[in-house]
Amino acid sequence: MLQPRIVEILKDIVGKENVSTDKSDLICYSYDATQQKFLPDAVVHPGNAQEISLILKMANSEGIPVFPRGAGSGFSGGSLPVRGGISLVTTRMDRILRIDEDNLVAEVEPGVVTEQFQQAVEKVGLFYPPDPASLKFSTLGGNVAECAGGPRCVKYGVTKDYILGLEVVTPKGDIIRTGGETMKGVVGYDLTKLMCGSEGTLGVITKIIIKLLPKPEAKKTMLVLFNSIDGAAQGVSAITRAKIIPTTLEFMDSSTLECVRQATGLKIPEAAKAVLIIEVDGDRDLIERQSERILEIIQPLGVVETQVARTPAESEDIWKVRRSVSPSLRKVNPDKFNEDICVPRSRVPDMIRAVEKIGQRHQIPIVSFGHAGDGNIHVNILIDRSAPGEMEKADHAIKEVFAEALSMGGTMSGEHGVGNTKAPYISMELDPAATEYMKAVKRALDPKNILNPGKIFLE
Amino acid sequence: MSSKKLKDFEEQIRQCVKCGTCQAYCPVFGEQKRESVVARGKIALAQALLDGDVELDRRFAGDMSQCLLCGSCVDKCPNLVPADEIVMAARREITEKHGPTSFGRSLSLALKNPSLMKWGARGASLFSPILFKKVPEGSGLRLRFPAPYVTRDRIIPEIASRPFRDRHPEFIPGEKDKPLVAFFTGCMIHFMYPQIGESVLAILRRMGMNIWIPSEQGCCGLPAISAGDGATVEELADRNLAAFEKREPDVILTACASCHAGMSRHFAEFGERQKELAKKVTDIHVFLEREGLIEELKNLPAKTDPVRVAYHDPCHLRTQGITKEPRALLRALPGVDYIEMEGADRCCGLGGTFSVYHYETSKKIGARKAPGIEASGAELVATACPGCMMQLQDIINQAGLPQKVVHILDLIAKELPEHS
Repeated sequence: MLQPRIVEILKDIVGKENVSTDKSDLICYSYDATQQKFLPDAVVHPGNAQEISLILKMANSEGIPVFPRGAGSGFSGGSLPVRGGISLVTTRMDRILRIDEDNLVAEVEPGVVTEQFQQAVEKVGLFYPPDPASLKFSTLGGNVAECAGGPRCVKYGVTKDYILGLEVVTPKGDIIRTGGETMKGVVGYDLTKLMCGSEGTLGVITKIIIKLLPKPEAKKTMLVLFNSIDGAAQGVSAITRAKIIPTTLEFMDSSTLECVRQATGLKIPEAAKAVLIIEVDGDRDLIERQSERILEIIQPLGVVETQVARTPAESEDIWKVRRSVSPSLRKVNPDKFNEDICVPRSRVPDMIRAVEKIGQRHQIPIVSFGHAGDGNIHVNILIDRSAPGEMEKADHAIKEVFAEALSMGGTMSGEHGVGNTKAPYISMELDPAATEYMKAVKRALDPKNILNPGKIFLE
Repeated sequence: MSSKKLKDFEEQIRQCVKCGTCQAYCPVFGEQKRESVVARGKIALAQALLDGDVELDRRFAGDMSQCLLCGSCVDKCPNLVPADEIVMAARREITEKHGPTSFGRSLSLALKNPSLMKWGARGASLFSPILFKKVPEGSGLRLRFPAPYVTRDRIIPEIASRPFRDRHPEFIPGEKDKPLVAFFTGCMIHFMYPQIGESVLAILRRMGMNIWIPSEQGCCGLPAISAGDGATVEELADRNLAAFEKREPDVILTACASCHAGMSRHFAEFGERQKELAKKVTDIHVFLEREGLIEELKNLPAKTDPVRVAYHDPCHLRTQGITKEPRALLRALPGVDYIEMEGADRCCGLGGTFSVYHYETSKKIGARKAPGIEASGAELVATACPGCMMQLQDIINQAGLPQKVVHILDLIAKELPEHS
């Protein structure tokens, strides 16, 4: 519980309609997509950087934890108020400040929804590629804080590759600008990159300067069914070796296909054991050539069937197959742990086989799908929390999945972040000196540990 | 359905994994950006109520009122959690504990008593300019537009001097081998937009259908569902069951998207007989397409000066997957130059009782349609729901745009030649 005095100060800063200590509001800001529940003591909706600065200064002197939050759609608990305190919600700050067609940059506030920003820039022929699955509702502030990825990252890179500069409120309440809006800039440390993926532990992002690309003229989507996961994996390597980088290279393994078959009734031939969804974009003649070449290269690798979308509607139908995956998993078991490991792309088939073995060993269904093109695999461990012993099994399986990914030169999280859910495992990936280096940064910037404590590191 | 308690939804509530997808589709969240208004938040609050963490109090009632029942979130939910039904169940619990709101009470009285409703409508027509003071003391209309609401700057259609069903015999014979079609008129067509009913009859007559307009029919129940008035919903369902079981129609047609939802979806949940009857409930656009009217329209002589028309998707059709048929009909009309407008599938913001409690938000949601309407260059905006029609015309007027809103059926009736 916050002292009434503190609540009054908060109301003075942001206006009383933007502060709530109502039980109902505390409940509504207690969760994210990880389904954990931590009630904050107050929910605050600031309107600008100055207000956030005052809140953080007060929080520092009073020792109150502050948890920045965008859409609350994270998969690692990054925005959860794990120690009570203040849930600092940025959704009111949702203006696109400018789209600069001369310099191909835009400046936005953190609460802008990713897809709405994409639509705005596409209207003037520009393009913001990062496309996390949550793009229809996640905020750009959250995307930067978690360094969100998505299917298009194969070709275009992740969120941090498009961030030129930021305005950030530091944990002590100073308002700083990092980077700028030029393509080049090497004065001082690259604090912009430091902030990207810092999960709200080093500052609250209040403005974002974004690099834009010209919008590709066209795209072409293909669905290819393979008779083995190896064929699909070899297909990925063959495409890469042919020096073609598709926009997306999504795959689904046979257990995923089985889930989709059962849940949706989509007609997928029994012979199909793996699927690749390949999309290319660019000039019309280029994508024609590229798609033909891709189909030619993969044909000998056990292709069962190929569908090439001729219209945007057909392309949409192909993506529907991919989107039907997550919901279909619930038919197997009610609860799932979605781990987003990433391995060097050539190791994808090894990783999938390793995951299959882990599933067999623990007798729990595990399905793998995701971004084959960049080695980012979503390993979904499907359990029923209410069944005795299932949680323990899942915990063992998760650890083993991480260990396998690391042994192949990969990482335990490609795009979801650590938050509180992966915090217990980071010592598997980071050596003690590297962890200490990171903690030293955190201590220096946030000596009282008031900004998003309990995330990334276990203390 | 109306007997279902919030507790009966425990399993569905558990299926919400808090992914947040509903934030992208909820028109109310789009304006307010607060978790308590979006499905995910409401479901968390429903769970909290069941767990005893919050009370069935004013705050809870306020949160549950923040829903258009448009079904957009349900449609896009990865786990298909029925957030709308959960909200309806929560509203019933509120009404059961605290009683209906004052206008809800008068609504119940009138809805259960058609003669009172009729009297009210007649009375209203005498005072048409100050209409709503005298409107059926509580028809579905009264619930939708209670007094403080209509005194604002809103334009609403006049109440018909003679309600639609009073103008026609119960049965209008057609060709022998043609289907017997029952027409569920709904309150808005009956009292406010009888012209749409006339268009329905003109089209069906032209097609040789045998038409039955059961005189005993009542409100579809959706306004009462929206208000959480379970008892009234049940009585209305009984009335409609009795009315439509008197003959064996091949289909029961609706020309109002909300009535379609009320009669095909909610009505069906009262029992086996209701379920059987509900199977026959068909949106008239779907029926017309099935009966081959599109080909017939295409064969009409070409027009030299077609009118540019855009279409607005009523939520209660869109979420049932009915989006192609209305457009196909419009495209087939020689007098129509169809243009797909941006944001055609955006909710208009009316949402039954929602616009009563939350007029400002309702207006903001509606205002988001204006740029799409303007950019389309359409002269007319056609839709398939009288509720949407009223709200759309208001949006257009408020934005200072020139468009007129029409029902698709009015356009069809105008172009179809008279029945020979």
